[in-house]
Amino acid sequence: MQNFAYRAPASTTDALRLGTGTGARYIAGGTDLLNLMKDGVQRHDLIIDLNRLPLHDITPTTTGVRLGALARMADVAAHPQVRRRLPLLAETLLAGASPQVRNAATIGGNLLQRTRCWYFRDASMPCNKREPGSGCAAQHGQNRWHAIIGGSAHCIAVHPSDLAVALTALDATVHTLGSGGARTIGIRDFYRLPGDTPQVETALRSGELITAVDVPSTGLTGRYLKVRDRATFEFAVVSVAALIRTGGGGVVREARLAFGGIAPVPWRSAEAERQLIGRRLDDAAIEAAGRALTLPAAPREHNAFKVPLVRRALATALGGLR
Amino acid sequence: MFSTSRRTVLKTAAAAPIPALLPGAPASSGVTLTVNGDTVTRQLEPRVTLLDALREDLGLTGTKKGCDRGECGACTVLVDGRRTKSCLTLAVMQQGREITTIEGLADGDRLHPVQAAFIRHDGFQCGFCTSGQIMSAVACIREGHAGSDDEVREWMSGNLCRCGCYPNIVAAVRAAADEEQ
Repeated sequence: MQNFAYRAPASTTDALRLGTGTGARYIAGGTDLLNLMKDGVQRHDLIIDLNRLPLHDITPTTTGVRLGALARMADVAAHPQVRRRLPLLAETLLAGASPQVRNAATIGGNLLQRTRCWYFRDASMPCNKREPGSGCAAQHGQNRWHAIIGGSAHCIAVHPSDLAVALTALDATVHTLGSGGARTIGIRDFYRLPGDTPQVETALRSGELITAVDVPSTGLTGRYLKVRDRATFEFAVVSVAALIRTGGGGVVREARLAFGGIAPVPWRSAEAERQLIGRRLDDAAIEAAGRALTLPAAPREHNAFKVPLVRRALATALGGLR
Repeated sequence: MFSTSRRTVLKTAAAAPIPALLPGAPASSGVTLTVNGDTVTRQLEPRVTLLDALREDLGLTGTKKGCDRGECGACTVLVDGRRTKSCLTLAVMQQGREITTIEGLADGDRLHPVQAAFIRHDGFQCGFCTSGQIMSAVACIREGHAGSDDEVREWMSGNLCRCGCYPNIVAAVRAAADEEQ
């Protein structure tokens, strides 16, 4: 790892002042950043340790739960308010990483983890995300893991976070703080499709910090289903966060469906949701939702299997909510 | 109690000086760590991971360096009682925390119950992953995640064993958990 300067500011003001410098990078849990630096994928001159900032709290609010950006994944998953009011969130967090990593990794860092695309993570390969203009080796390379929806000719990497998928179904809000002040960003506006600028992944501005994430409790019944190559401690091949509210006669009144592993951003499908509204959650409705979801799919050489796989994952998740 | 490891001596003798750091990049600074109850200060560069500090600077080679990417769990230690991967954090970030390594588990010659259970149940072959497995198991039991074989498999998933001793590891963790009750 290339050496760097290290600071651990005690206030957000000091953190932001340091963070606006060129070559500066924030570190929280470090579980992704340090690997990227060891592999030479990212190089930074100044590492700013955020752990002294007062952003660790998990706080019940009138509408749900506020997660401090530095709250650890394990602490959020075990928090009584989260388990009671946001069981989908707890279930999702426990489906990610390993117990050791969940003890270190933070909510803010989880949202900002980089893609697992092996071309991005191999500094010797072309990658428009890592080195804009160098090309995308995944387009005609090994693209089993890559996006079937929302990719571009410049990038088809998928976002690896489980948490972000659940937060997308839950309509969470990201709170940020930058030199221009505080902002709130809806989770669906937080992530950016690659287009011709795959190096721009989020709405965050240079030096801007995530301070908290507000997660509203919905009263909907939910499930997170993660399909992976081994039983645990693995990233999703595809995943589904489904939230449903049914009324009289089992008719669906509200549906929220978000997907991981199929797109460069956590993918919310209004088209699939629409297929469920006003219908009973029977096989025909679920089939229609799956078809609507994958209508825009443009699979590559090695990932066409994700089209039926994500439909079946959706069917399994919704079947469990009947 | 900390002595210079053989590897450190070899490395110091063989390695060329670190090539020019970035202008203005810091040299080493004093980092104070509390490990197995001892508080020690060492001059460390910011880039030194907790794992490398333990092994190379404090001579505590019981903590193993497997993948150095957080994937194998061989470097698992306890930080303030919670299991974490020492390869995925910087030593300088752990100042003021209580770190426990495999060397800190036994009470003199009396093994920790989890260590004894691993021996009794033959929970290893080559032994490289074992200190990480044991540190992880100590925390797993303390967390209350050792109630069934399936629960142990899920909550020990951050520790890989290339020899495939998983059935015996699960048995050892279950036995140690039962003993503690």
